[in-house]
Amino acid sequence: MSIQLEHVTYTYGQGTPFEKTALYDVNLTIHEGEFVGIIGHTGSGKSTLVQHLNGLLHPTSGTVTVNGVDLVGKTEEVKQTRHKVGMVFQYPEHQLFEETIAKDIAFGPKNLGFDEAEVERRVREAMQFVGLDYDTYAERSPFHLSGGQMRRVAIAGVIALDPDYLILDEPSAGLDPFGREEIFGEIVKLHKEKGITVILVSHNMEDISRMANRLIVMHQGQVLLDGNPIEIFHNDREKLQSAGVDVPPLSQTLQALAERNIPVNIDRVHVNEAVADIYDYLKEVHHAK
Amino acid sequence: MLSNITIGQYFPGDSVLHRMDPRAKIIATMIFIIAIFFADSLVTYSIVAAFTFGCLGLSRLPVRLVWLSIKPLWIIIVFTLAIHVFTTPGEYLFTYGWLHISREGLNLGGLMAGRLIFLIVFSSLLTYTTSPIRLTDGIERLLNPWKRFGVPAHELAMMMTIALRFIPTLLEETDRIMKAQESRGADFTTGSLLKRAKNMVPLLVPLFISAFRRADELAVAMESRCYRGGEGRTRLKELQYSQLDTYGIGAVVLVSVVLAVLRWGFGI
Repeated sequence: MSIQLEHVTYTYGQGTPFEKTALYDVNLTIHEGEFVGIIGHTGSGKSTLVQHLNGLLHPTSGTVTVNGVDLVGKTEEVKQTRHKVGMVFQYPEHQLFEETIAKDIAFGPKNLGFDEAEVERRVREAMQFVGLDYDTYAERSPFHLSGGQMRRVAIAGVIALDPDYLILDEPSAGLDPFGREEIFGEIVKLHKEKGITVILVSHNMEDISRMANRLIVMHQGQVLLDGNPIEIFHNDREKLQSAGVDVPPLSQTLQALAERNIPVNIDRVHVNEAVADIYDYLKEVHHAK
Repeated sequence: MLSNITIGQYFPGDSVLHRMDPRAKIIATMIFIIAIFFADSLVTYSIVAAFTFGCLGLSRLPVRLVWLSIKPLWIIIVFTLAIHVFTTPGEYLFTYGWLHISREGLNLGGLMAGRLIFLIVFSSLLTYTTSPIRLTDGIERLLNPWKRFGVPAHELAMMMTIALRFIPTLLEETDRIMKAQESRGADFTTGSLLKRAKNMVPLLVPLFISAFRRADELAVAMESRCYRGGEGRTRLKELQYSQLDTYGIGAVVLVSVVLAVLRWGFGI
């Protein structure tokens, strides 16, 4: 079970003077259970890329297959397969439209044709997952919530489809630090508890380094780097910078310390762990004196 | 699917017609549209056709675009043709029940349809070679003298500019909401008309909300940059009337005079 892209090229506005190729010959395999972070500069093709993964865009040339099914076509099998890949767009709260939160979350499962009981079960589960109490919120209007809560409702609307793969495009954009932590906490939980394969698009390397176990760097419509984030930070910093991104500030700091012969673990991705390392080192130095 | 729509029809280029001042182009187009109605014979029609295709050549637009501009209006053209062909009395060439086709009808129908086609092609030349912003600028300047009679020239132009500016933004937004709802299993393309209209709700509600939000934000942004209407407002890019524009209007006037003289002076 995987998503496979073979020689995918995509051109916007083909045949007009505004023609622009956004993807060049992209080859990728996303395996079940991975947590993939996709990073890249504005216009690097990352949003175009992820829209291929659930058939919203079809490649100009090349193929995209999900669990072995080619996403071109309109057969029942293709439809079913497309819904295995959930997609959370940037600012997903802009797609809310129903009178109540429960109805809005139910939109997806209803479209898939589940009976009332199953729809309700899924709505409850999805709301619980994003930390919204069913009895408190179900009958409220989604338009009277705070930005962060609206976003959680929108994400719940996608989770209620029960996807195998979940794509999130900049899920933390425009949220305050607390809202960000909450959203990311829920995404990590989805990955760990439900075993959903997560594909996270972001331009924040720190977020990706903390969560993802695979990093894909897009540059000018091509995959520039693909691998374990820590290894990429070690070996390919120059390439990263050429793509307009850099290793996260924490890794930069740790690498700078290591260069000054201070024994820290440069592979730390969580600030508090790194702080603990540095604290231990300082204590040692102090005792030695 | 939404990316197929050409907005404002503008086709970028650097031809003589592209470089002309929008005011001159608007005036020239209006004169020529009137002149098209002077033509009513083979000779005068040939002149109209020659001038239209001459301008088309000057504009260096792909010929395919001409077809694109006529295509959405073909029903009107065919309808005009049919009305004239079937209802004009005269020498009948063909009769079937109460349907008659007369020589005069064919003639008149052909002329009317031709007139429509030239009208469409020539006016689309204006929109193909002038960017929407320049077009509104031109309209504003042409309406300026009417200001003292209460025509809100600047406000009209500003509204048009804003509307044009937001067409692509709203299209993009529509595209994104459609995709988002499609990912949740929404279906916008199949089913009965009523069902399809119902299916539009998940698209229209968010779209309206976002349009109002944007209008609000834009109003704040304009006010915080001290927008207070058109009075005393200067421009970054002033319209420049040049020799080229004189030639352009001159050519159109010349052709119109020739058409008028041929029709009323010589009866051709």
